[in-house]
Amino acid sequence: MAVAEKAPEEAVVPAARRAPRSFRPHYPPWLTLPSLAYYAIFFLGPMAILVAFSLATQKGFGSLSYGFDTSQYSQIANSLYITIFERTLVMAGIGSVLTIAVGYPIAYWMARYLTTYKMLALLLVVVPFWTSFLIRTYALKIILDPNGYLARDFGLNILYTKYAVGVGLVYNYLPLFILPVFASLERMDWTLIEAATDLGARPLNAFRQITLRLTMPGVVTGALLVFIPMTGEYIIPNILSGGKYEFVGNVIGDQFNQAQNQPFGSALSIALMAALSVFVIVYILFATKEEQFGA
Amino acid sequence: MPKRLKAKHGFTVWALATYAFLYLPILVMVIFAFDKPSATSIAAYHGSNICNIPPDQVGNITVWNGFTSCWFSAGLHDPTYIPAIVTSLQIAAVASVIATVLGLCAALALARMKPRFRAPFDAIVYLTLVVPEIVIAVASLIFFVQAHNHIQGFPPLGKATILIGQVVFSASLAMLIIRARFVGMGDVLEEAAYDLGSGPLATFRQITLPRLIPAIVAAGLLSFTFSFDDYVLPAFTNGTTNTWPIVLYSAVRFNLTPAVNALATIMLAATVLAVVITAIVLRRSRVQVTPGQEKARGLDAALGLR
Repeated sequence: MAVAEKAPEEAVVPAARRAPRSFRPHYPPWLTLPSLAYYAIFFLGPMAILVAFSLATQKGFGSLSYGFDTSQYSQIANSLYITIFERTLVMAGIGSVLTIAVGYPIAYWMARYLTTYKMLALLLVVVPFWTSFLIRTYALKIILDPNGYLARDFGLNILYTKYAVGVGLVYNYLPLFILPVFASLERMDWTLIEAATDLGARPLNAFRQITLRLTMPGVVTGALLVFIPMTGEYIIPNILSGGKYEFVGNVIGDQFNQAQNQPFGSALSIALMAALSVFVIVYILFATKEEQFGA
Repeated sequence: MPKRLKAKHGFTVWALATYAFLYLPILVMVIFAFDKPSATSIAAYHGSNICNIPPDQVGNITVWNGFTSCWFSAGLHDPTYIPAIVTSLQIAAVASVIATVLGLCAALALARMKPRFRAPFDAIVYLTLVVPEIVIAVASLIFFVQAHNHIQGFPPLGKATILIGQVVFSASLAMLIIRARFVGMGDVLEEAAYDLGSGPLATFRQITLPRLIPAIVAAGLLSFTFSFDDYVLPAFTNGTTNTWPIVLYSAVRFNLTPAVNALATIMLAATVLAVVITAIVLRRSRVQVTPGQEKARGLDAALGLR
């Protein structure tokens, strides 16, 4: 648009001095080549080998022959592994719901009631997220230790159980959820609430019919933003359940660390990505629909 | 009115409880960096420095036994931790520079590319962010092993492979942050420079680059923090190299002393400092954004803070 307006002026410039060009710097497309090449070799390459490995046949310890062997995939249908997939998805689901329950009110509080300290409050939520994931999980382990105060004096002895894993999920991913929800609450026009209450809506109804609906895209984005990494979680189940309550990620790791069954580990990885892609596709459909209807 | 006040108080209490939940474990970890070994283990120990008590004999260190600051020097003199921290710093420094350069180049070109050419690139970028890290880690492991076996000169598992793997994620992160800022800036000043006869390179050097600096700094720092703290990818692609998260992880699982807390506390302080500096840089940069670009600014904030 800006270019179209300026086009007549272009003619005024002595054409002989330089070749005609658009009125803003044009960054050549080849600038994407370095990173494109990098992704092709070091991201798509490993992914392709992963697929090849998942279809290969294990022949003794550490050697394998490539082919089209789908037996690894049928082995996943084994009830043991189905249980682990189920557990991972259920735990990630519960973790996401708890994160919404804890995180939405605080995002609402920041957007609705804070003015001067709004950014400080947001920064205070973000700072833990930028500190080491491992250190935070370790800090949680100290608090939950069976010899610690919580277990000894309050009877809250949950370390090495699924409850500890759940607390760990919420603890580590809470900031990641709060950010997009806060952003959507910030965009909200609060006069709509005033109008609704003026017209006799009860506060809870106004919240349900206006605030919640308008911020739903943010909530869905935030929930997916935490659900996806929770599903692929490796560190939290390992440290907080002491290896007793494994996620798919841990089982994949075990295939490469201890069992040395790399084809099966690769097949599990592909299955995990397939499971995740379902949620990503649902989200993309949701997002395009939101865009179409201008919410 | 009083009813609304009551709701506000309820939310405030909830928010404070959440902050407590977020910060209490970290606070406790820092406090226990100053904790003595248990009284019985001190009584049984014959040496002079109680912080030299081996990990399996320190007793219960999750309750308060008394104040000492000797864990900090014990941690800083530990032969396993310090070299690992140095390795992590080296990898993170190189990785963040490479990732930021890759991200910057791609961001510049992509921001003004037609959506239909941009889409495949964006798809790869989002894939690198969405695929679980454990999957990328095992895929990289088998890729690096095969590459080393079949390609002359490809490095064995070690520092180089950790670096190569981490740049994939960091470059995507850097690209998104820089692109958000670049799009948010608009092209008015660049057009003006062009109008006044400045060439493309001069325009980039004098107009675009200076205005992108905050985003570049933020991207670099974020990539650095990510590489430095990353455990899963290095744990599979390290060979025999030890990074700080790897030694920290094995300490957390197997032999824990408050020396680990002491080192974690130092790291925490460094990270918080870096975060605060980044936040200040980003904040200052936002003041210069012209109005009417509110939406891009929001995106910038979300991405920069994420």
